Amino acid sequence: MAAAYEKVALARAKGRATSVDYISNIFENFLEMHGDRRYGDDKSVIAGIGYLIEMPVTVIGIEKGHSVKERGFRNSGSAHPEGYRKALRQMKLAEKFSRPVVCFVDTPGAYCGIGAEERGQGQAIAENLTEMMTLKTPVISIVIGEGGSGGALGLAVADEVWMLENSVYSVISPEGCASILWKDSSRSKEASECLKLTAQDLFKLKVIEKIFPESDKVYAHLKQELYAAFTKSRQLDPQSLTAARYERFRKIGAPE
Amino acid sequence: MTFKKPRNLLEGYSKLIGSHSEDSSDDLMVTCPKCKKSLASGDLLGSINVCMYCGHHFRMNARQRLNLICDRDTFAEADGTMVSSNLIGFPEYDGKLENARLDSKEPDAVICGACKINGIAAGIFVMEPYFMMGSMGVVVGEKLTRLFERAAAERLPVVGFTVSGGARMQEGILSLMQMAKVSGAVKRHSDAGLFFVCVLTDPTTGGVTASFAMEADVIAAEPFAHIGFAGARVIEQTMRKKLPEGFQRAEFLLEKGFIDDIVERKKQKKYLAQLLKMHVR
Repeated sequence: MAAAYEKVALARAKGRATSVDYISNIFENFLEMHGDRRYGDDKSVIAGIGYLIEMPVTVIGIEKGHSVKERGFRNSGSAHPEGYRKALRQMKLAEKFSRPVVCFVDTPGAYCGIGAEERGQGQAIAENLTEMMTLKTPVISIVIGEGGSGGALGLAVADEVWMLENSVYSVISPEGCASILWKDSSRSKEASECLKLTAQDLFKLKVIEKIFPESDKVYAHLKQELYAAFTKSRQLDPQSLTAARYERFRKIGAPE
Repeated sequence: MTFKKPRNLLEGYSKLIGSHSEDSSDDLMVTCPKCKKSLASGDLLGSINVCMYCGHHFRMNARQRLNLICDRDTFAEADGTMVSSNLIGFPEYDGKLENARLDSKEPDAVICGACKINGIAAGIFVMEPYFMMGSMGVVVGEKLTRLFERAAAERLPVVGFTVSGGARMQEGILSLMQMAKVSGAVKRHSDAGLFFVCVLTDPTTGGVTASFAMEADVIAAEPFAHIGFAGARVIEQTMRKKLPEGFQRAEFLLEKGFIDDIVERKKQKKYLAQLLKMHVR
């Protein structure tokens, strides 16, 4: 019964690798780019350009932080609208230079706060969904820990979505689900099971393409797979690329 | 056997406000939440569910809205028989669906089709508040996607009315994916140079706000409609403080620059027709 919740616990565990670890272990000469040019710089989202072997790529990651201090600084990976707008700005720059985009997703969800609502959290995510769908350059999103609902999807409209073996991706947090269903957030274990949120569940539901085993080889493995995938997808003309991305989502939940 | 929750008086009341069967007890009284005056439900139906004293906009079911907006006998429904099923075996979902069908007399939470508005042809969707509060599952996502694809092929504008609690959690990740799927279809329709106007009604929240509700070329809202991404209670818990007056209401969104205008129900048809006319290609 607790298998799904164990995954939730592992995905959230202290000491688990976060976006900064993936960025520093997979890419070289990473240059971080700040700000959304609209309002501010969201520390929950790291964006920039680095080399994947010899290939320049745009890298975006939602960062939770490790220490208590870092978590405060990163708002524990709950992005504000500025974070999604910063990401989109970097994706547009990537498109201009036909550079592939990698997104690392690790968030309990987009931030639920007064400022976030005032500055259009819903609008910011919505814009990423439409713009990413037609972005004329390859995009791969990887859920490395928590994939929290719309806040995760806002960086996961991609040609392929991959997940780490102990990561989760869900329409709602198990706690939120339990509190709505049973008015009891402590029943989150049961809710985790019901939601079918593990990487293995999502693979069965054909919502993701690949699952990566968690070992010390994971960075090398991801580097190799990303490089292979982009080498292939860069050959496609933008029209075939975006048509395939549209079809990828189009068929999810379509009647037989 | 699925367990069905017993029906209670409150549900009967909510249904009556947006009822199909206008013959049911006209003498039922309803208190306006804004001005607290007592209204006869029959009178309320006659005033398109708007309080005749203070103008408060009550919820309205999808068929009633279609009648209000579409020219007489022009609405042609599409995909009207598509029904949701329990795709991930979520507990109690079958029973909930059955209840929702009984409550709303609709097969799912959105009605899609084509119509004419003051003689101008358009694709139209209207979400149904009495079907699981307009939540978006696979069927809602699929119907909306088909609507935008059809409208793009036939070069029609799209008029939409949203009311939704967001993605339908009983369909898990599949419902979240509908946000991306519908957004893709909206974008293709838009890239084809076609017009999309959306009217946000109370409440429009969560995954619907974070997708097609905010993707229209023109976004209007009904007065005082609750519109937002996160639930007010969740924000209060996160921030540990009380929310400001009027937070996440249509007037608040207008002030913050996220909607084009607030349009009263009785003026909506004229407003939509004028916009459609201005965007004829």
